[in-house]
This record gives sequence, C-alpha cells and structure tokens, in this order.
Amino acid sequence: MRFIKLFAVLAVLIALASLGSVALAQDDMIEIEYWQYNFQARVDAMNELIAQFEAENPGIKVVHNSDIPYANFRDELAASAPAGVGPDVVTLFYGWIPAFVDAGYLVPLPEDAFSEDFILEHFSPMVANSKFEGSYWAIPTAVRSLAMFWNKDIFAAAGLDPESPPANLDDFVAAAIATTVYDGDMDVFNITQQGHAAAFASQDHHWFREVLLRQYGGAPYSDDGRTVTYNSEEGCAAFSWLSAFETEHMTGSNDILDGSTNAFVNGDTALHVDGSFRIGTIARNNPELNYGVAELPVGPNGERHTFGSYWTHGITRRANDDPARLEAAVKFLQFITTPAAGTLWVNSVGELPAQAAAASDEAILADPILGPFSAGLAYSHATFFVDESAQRQVLIDAFDNVRLGGMDPCEALDEAAAIEQELIDSFWASR
Amino acid sequence: MATSHHTSNRANADKRFRWTLARRKVVWAYIFLAIPIIFFAYIRIYPALFAFQMSLHDYNPLAAEQPYVGLENYEKLIDELNKRKSPTKAAFQNTANYLLLGVPIQLCLALMISLMLNEIRFMSTFYRIMFFLPFVTSTIAIAWVFRMLYQPRFGLINVMLQLVSLPQQPFLNNPKQALPSVLSLVIWQGMGFAVIIFLAGLKQIPRTYYEAAEVDGASRWHTFRFITLPLLNPTIVFLLVLQTISFLRMFAPVLAMTEQGRGGPLDSTTTVVLRVYREAFTSFNMGYASSLTVVLFAFILIITIIQLRVTARRIN
Repeated sequence: MRFIKLFAVLAVLIALASLGSVALAQDDMIEIEYWQYNFQARVDAMNELIAQFEAENPGIKVVHNSDIPYANFRDELAASAPAGVGPDVVTLFYGWIPAFVDAGYLVPLPEDAFSEDFILEHFSPMVANSKFEGSYWAIPTAVRSLAMFWNKDIFAAAGLDPESPPANLDDFVAAAIATTVYDGDMDVFNITQQGHAAAFASQDHHWFREVLLRQYGGAPYSDDGRTVTYNSEEGCAAFSWLSAFETEHMTGSNDILDGSTNAFVNGDTALHVDGSFRIGTIARNNPELNYGVAELPVGPNGERHTFGSYWTHGITRRANDDPARLEAAVKFLQFITTPAAGTLWVNSVGELPAQAAAASDEAILADPILGPFSAGLAYSHATFFVDESAQRQVLIDAFDNVRLGGMDPCEALDEAAAIEQELIDSFWASR
Repeated sequence: MATSHHTSNRANADKRFRWTLARRKVVWAYIFLAIPIIFFAYIRIYPALFAFQMSLHDYNPLAAEQPYVGLENYEKLIDELNKRKSPTKAAFQNTANYLLLGVPIQLCLALMISLMLNEIRFMSTFYRIMFFLPFVTSTIAIAWVFRMLYQPRFGLINVMLQLVSLPQQPFLNNPKQALPSVLSLVIWQGMGFAVIIFLAGLKQIPRTYYEAAEVDGASRWHTFRFITLPLLNPTIVFLLVLQTISFLRMFAPVLAMTEQGRGGPLDSTTTVVLRVYREAFTSFNMGYASSLTVVLFAFILIITIIQLRVTARRIN
C-alpha cells in the first residue's frame, strides 16, 4: 500500500509539473514557442525583440529556445515534430523552406498580415522572389549578401596599395598571386601566407553558382529552377577560373592553415569572399585584424552579381492547430520583421535589415564595412534549393574531383550537373 | 477472546499467501529486473523493430503523415548500389574495407601484444594500463587529437616527416589516404579491449601443457601453433564477432575526423551508419535511412552466425 501511495504521489507531482505551463496559459495568457539555432549575437538580438514584444502584448508570452547548436538544429526539429512538441515560430535557412513545405511542416503566411503587395513593396527582392507553390511561407528580419574581404596589412607588405582592392577578376588573381608566400618550393603544403583559398564548403559554391557563372555569361539553372544549366561552356570557364587558385596558381587551400575562413580571420589570407555575418566573428576572435570590405569584383562581362541569403521565420503546423496560438504567432512574426527590428538586428548581428527602406539607410550605405554588403542587395540572387545540403555537396565533390582527383573541370561539372538534376527531379516527382 | 481471534486470523493469512522468505526474495528480484528490462525493451528493442516498419514508409519526421510505400526504399537502395558512383555505394564499400582491414590487423596486433605482456613481470600493470587507456577514453576526444596530429604542415606527423626530409602527406585531406588514416585510430583505440580479453584467455591455458611441451622439446613456434592458438580459439571467436560488429557500426570517428562530419573527401571515409544519420537527419529521408539500417542489421546477423558456425567448429 505504501508503495502505491508513493507512486500515486509521484504521478500527481509529475502531472502537475507538466501541467504547470498549461495552467499558466489558461490564465488568459497565450504562450508560444520560438526556436532558432544558437548563435550568440542572434540570441541576444532576439531576446531584446521578445522583451519589447511582450511589453507591447501583455497577453502573450514567448518561450525562446536557442540552446540548439547549428549542427543539431535540423535533428532536433525532426525529433520534436513526431513527439508533438516544438516551435510555433521557427527560424530556418531560406534554402530549407521547400523541404519543410514539402513535409507540410510550415503553413503559408496569412494573407491579411503578409499580403503579396506588402512583401513586394517593402522587402528585398530576394525575399519577394521566395514565393513557392503560390504562397509565401516565411519572412525574415534580416538578409545577407556576399562581398570581398581583403587584408590591408598583407597588401601593404606585398607592395600593393592597401586601399585599392581588386576591382575585376584579373586583378583578383594577380593580387592573390602577389600575396602568396611559400616556405620553400611553390607547393600548396609550403604556403605560409595565402593569396586566396577556394573553399566550396564555405561560400565559394555560392560565388561560383550565382556570381562567377553569370559574369562569364552563363546561368546556374533554367528560369523555372528545375533544370541544371551550369555544365555549359561558360560554367566550365568560371569553374576553371576558381579551381585554378589551388591547382594552378597555388595561392592557397582550404586544407591548410585551419580552413579558409579561419585563415582569413587569423590574418593568414589576403583575399576572402564571405557574408556580413563574418564581421562579428572577426570582431570577437581577432579584433586587431586590419581588413577592408568591397563589393565582389566585376566579371569579364563587366557585370556585378552577388549571392543573397537569409534566415527566415515561418509559422508551423503546430501553431496553426490552435487559433489563439496562431494569432499570437502572427503578431510576433509581424513584430520581429519590422524595419525597426531590422535596425536593431544590424547593430548586434551585422546582417542587413530585410525591409529595403532600413537596409538602404544612409548610415549603413556610408559604413565602410556594411556599405558594400548593402550595395550588393540590389543585384543579389538567392538560389532556389530543394535540398541545400545535398546540392552544396555536389559542388564540393566537383571541386574535390578537380583538386584531389585531377579531373578536368568541365568533366567534373558535367558529373555534378547530372547528380544535382537527379536531386531536383526527385523532389518535384514527389510533389 | 481478542487474543484467540487474532491468532486464528494469522493462521488464515498464512494459508492464503504462503509467502516464504525465499519466495519474497525471488519476487523482489523479478521486480527489480523488470525495470531495466522494460527500459531496455522500450529504448532499444521497440525502436529497432520500429525501424523495420519505417523502412516501408516514405517517412519524413517533419510531416504529419507517413505514406506506406512498400519496398520502394529497398528498390532505391538497390538502384544506388548499381550506380557507378553513389554515396550509399561508397558507404557499403568503405564499411567493407574498414572491416576487412581493421579486424585482422587489430586482432593480430592485439594477440602479439598480449603474448608479450603475458611474458613480462616488471611493470606489467603499467603496460596493461597503457594499452587499455585508449579504449576508455572518449572517441570524440581521441578523434580530434588524431585530426590535429594529421594536420598539414603543423601536425606532429608532418613535422616529423619534414625533420627526416620526407615529403608531407595530406592524410585526411586525400581520398586515398583518408580511410587508412581513420582506420589506424580505430584499430589503436579498440586494441586495448582485445588485449585484455586475450590476456584473460591466455591465463586460462593450464601451465602444465607448456611444461609438457617443454619436456618434449617443442619449439616456441610449435608451442604457439599447437597449444596457445587452439586453446585460445573461443577467445578469438568472441573477439572476432564483437570487433566485426563494432567495425560494421563505425560512426563517431568518421563524424569527428572529416570536414563538417561529411565522411569526405569524396565520400572516401563515409560508413553505412554515417549515411543513415545523414539521410535521416539532414535529408529527412528517414524511411530510406531505415532501409539502410535493416540491411546493415541483416549483414551483422548473417556475418555473426557464419562466424560462430565456422570458427566455433574448430574448438572441439
């Protein structure tokens, strides 16, 4: 008997503990859950936004789950969904949206709160272009573009003008060669200071796909995004140009000096292509770094292009199941995507406001570091991904085939295109 | 009156329950055992069985519904294996390479080391600890240390190569060298376990056999070939089965040692389990991932049965 009593007491305690939040919610308080991956600057900015939102909306409480590291974020979402728990509002990489829509995880943004006209009028073009299957599924606070980082000290030491970064692709190659230092023979292993290290696992697959390819006169995909078209003469020329840094000019490699990104942050690389989110990394890890940022160099056809991307907030199926929570989630989403939220965001995270008015603010355009990123928003392209991770892997493998397997760049690109086409076809086949 | 009533009550109670102390002990033992058994069934056996069911569905964990697709996932698996190049095919090939190279090398080295350890007396405990230590250390920690050792230019191994004027090696960055580089860590780390089991096996062999062999003037090789090896057979079978299973399930070292845990470069180090993880959690193809685990399970089962049959026969 005593045991039965003990168990009964335990069961009641557990039930009470789990019901605690529900009991609170019944007290006219709507509780919604918001998830994003752990990135300190983003977490801080969102905490600030949530505090402001809760002050304005006393009936809503937002639970902020930001403990999940980037590498596990998708795992945790996948584990939470079958368990019937998880976020009402979730922040996802824009390239993941089709997969999450395909699974029925997200619901379309409500027309009355986020009408198409409103999005087209106020948001960056890359956000406006994110319509998928006739609906908008997510909306961001901030957007990013790629730009060129250069190390002024290395430029000066190599006898180059530290204040004039390469303006076109030929200058870029010349500067990379001039700034590479070897300890011994001209061999990738002997490099002690890199001119430029091509790294497809970081941002260079974007640079190739959306920037270089277009500058050489090609296009990555057909207009409807369903056919791979980068395995063309132009694609081959662009891919060869980028591969040559490791195979021909030997100006660097992602395999040495702790990877291309760290190598630049540590001051071991002269030229690097990256997003504005890297500004924070540099400020934290190597505040002494004497670097500048410029728009990506123009290509052989004289055009400017850049890759645009963003982390974006969507409303889940779970929120949609309960009208009260859905209403709260929509309110929250409206609040965190205003120009004011974008301005708060740019100051703490370094990503640019998604609403065009705030992003082309005088102060941002005049900022020597943020200005080039902001300028890029006007000519940026955001790739439509059906499986971002797998599509990135395809180009990583193509580059590895060239630099490690000695494969011809055109052949490697043909192989990549065939694999990627299969990925795209299988996504659409199941729709 | 009260007293007699009380006594008769107790007599009745004794008749009804017949709880002897021994019986109570047994019941309590079962109650205590039930907890881990229920836990084990719920945490290990139920999910394992569930994987079979998942492999017959287009199982996307994010979706509200998981449509039944019959054997479609298995058909896809066969398609992938028939391609000239595919990550799934690479995963099966690599796992076979890890297994076929890793198990024999590991067991031969472990046997040699344990034979030597069995001979020494001075500081023998110290040496045993040295060999066993890697086994009880966290795999992820060791993998990261190895990753640093293998680094180009500044990694210890490349520094030593440079000191003796040998060319630097890319190790984990080269598709040809990456698999052996990962494999050496796994062999080294798991060897301590095999050494301890071999030592226990060696202790079981009666000294009188060796004394008799010595009297007969048998050489050291003959003693090893005709006494040690046959009597060690049960130990060898045990280790063969266990290490085979552990090599087939290889996952953590590859995840920790390759760039972004992708099993690269060019899928040269990926394993079946890593493939399962990536299909399930980065591509959300949990149905397909489950079909891979089912096939892996079948492999483990078949290989284990064959090994037990073939190798155990020679014990008698």
